[in-house]
Amino acid sequence: MCLGIPGRIVKIDDHLKKLATVDVSGVRRQVNIACIVNETHSVDDCVGDWVLIHVGFAMSRIDEHEAAETLKILTELGEVQAEMESMRLSSVH
Amino acid sequence: MKYTDEFRDREKAKILIKEINKLAATIEIARTRPINIMEVCGGHTHSIFRYGLEGMLPDAIELVHGPGCPVCVLPMGRVDDCVSIAERPEVIFTTFGDAMRVPGSKKSLQQAKADGADVRMVYSPMDALTLARKNPDREVVFFGLGFETTMPSTALTVLQAEADGIENFSVFCNHITIVPTIKAILDSPDLHLDGFLGPGHVSMVIGTAPYKFIADFYKRPMVVAGFEPLDVLQSIWMVLKQIKDGRAEIENQYARIVPEAGNNAALAAVGKVYELREFFEWRGLGSIDHSGVKVRDDYARFDAERKFAIPGVKIADPKSCQCGEVLKGVIKPWQCKVFGIACTPEMPLGALMVSSEGACAAYYQYGGVKKHTAARPDASVAAVS
Ligand code: SF4
Repeated sequence: MCLGIPGRIVKIDDHLKKLATVDVSGVRRQVNIACIVNETHSVDDCVGDWVLIHVGFAMSRIDEHEAAETLKILTELGEVQAEMESMRLSSVH
Repeated sequence: MKYTDEFRDREKAKILIKEINKLAATIEIARTRPINIMEVCGGHTHSIFRYGLEGMLPDAIELVHGPGCPVCVLPMGRVDDCVSIAERPEVIFTTFGDAMRVPGSKKSLQQAKADGADVRMVYSPMDALTLARKNPDREVVFFGLGFETTMPSTALTVLQAEADGIENFSVFCNHITIVPTIKAILDSPDLHLDGFLGPGHVSMVIGTAPYKFIADFYKRPMVVAGFEPLDVLQSIWMVLKQIKDGRAEIENQYARIVPEAGNNAALAAVGKVYELREFFEWRGLGSIDHSGVKVRDDYARFDAERKFAIPGVKIADPKSCQCGEVLKGVIKPWQCKVFGIACTPEMPLGALMVSSEGACAAYYQYGGVKKHTAARPDASVAAVS
């Protein structure tokens, strides 16, 4: 929950609501990108961005190297497994 | 120390440890007592234990594991309130998985679910909103939990519910805020802290300016730190360097994620939906002024506290629990009377045993540090079993 997980934005689902699909280690789900959009970075600019995702919200843009390093440490901490599991279990799909 | 073998960049870590040793040896206070550095964030606690960092540091440095695990500081009374909301027949109660097993005075959410309450684990508050959309005849309540890292997510979800005209969605807000908590710790008479590792992802949202009082008023250094072992070690070195130089500043080791000014969009959403509570109750720490937020009047219809009558009863922590002392760093987890005996991750008595970011669960899971567990044989047995 607090450490988040890196993913890559693959497409924009809803411009108005700022919703996008991310790929997190091969699993796709929808996230909210409102926190990484600003005057200099539009919704469309977000496609291809690596981001740190906390509970379904992209909270920060990161570079690809940082994403890979973060994934490694999160895997060692057991956080990746826990996050993927909770995405899978989320009782909505 | 089996975990440290697999750690990357061992060479770099060794150099850092050497530098930390050198620096610690020149610090005056270390002649009479250990230098106490608190990591505020549960993510750091987890990382420190996972990589056995504590055991690599010189005896002159004592890491104090702070209260920064939001699941661990939930008071029993609030868990009881959750259960009472969840047990209403019209309610679908949604929560992050981490909170399922936190003990209430009678039961946890997991037990309430086993007893028939409609409790569902979700990954995101957005999933709870989707559930509300799909179940218009039910009331969907989301258990809002966490520091500033997750606060924007529930605020944005409330704003989305408003925009979409969804009326059967509400948040049971238990968000807490980091600054008053650090202040309460600094004001606590039984603790002497010489510096802090600042929380990485909370700071990603709030920036570094809100910590200025720690340096200006309390004259303590803080280094906002990343979560990789090298980040933590480098940040410890930076704290020591400040102590050595007689400086007290807020430094940012995690600048690759933490902008000095924080995240504007996130802060704007939080400011719109939430306002400070006069006080909030913490497990083990008691009531701390302005340490929690509540939903503003403008969004009252999305506030579960106003939508449902909740008992709101204050429940004292069980007598045998010493979570408060552990949270404040006055005792180490293994010094708690029930550690590994009546309190284990399978059957937690206190909340610090529930989440892997809680100091007690981390000690239990990773075996703590040799020099400590040696003094408490039953604890080391528990830790390896
Ligand atoms: S061992 Fe259990 S009761 Fe004791 S401080 Fe830790 S979590 Fe609390």
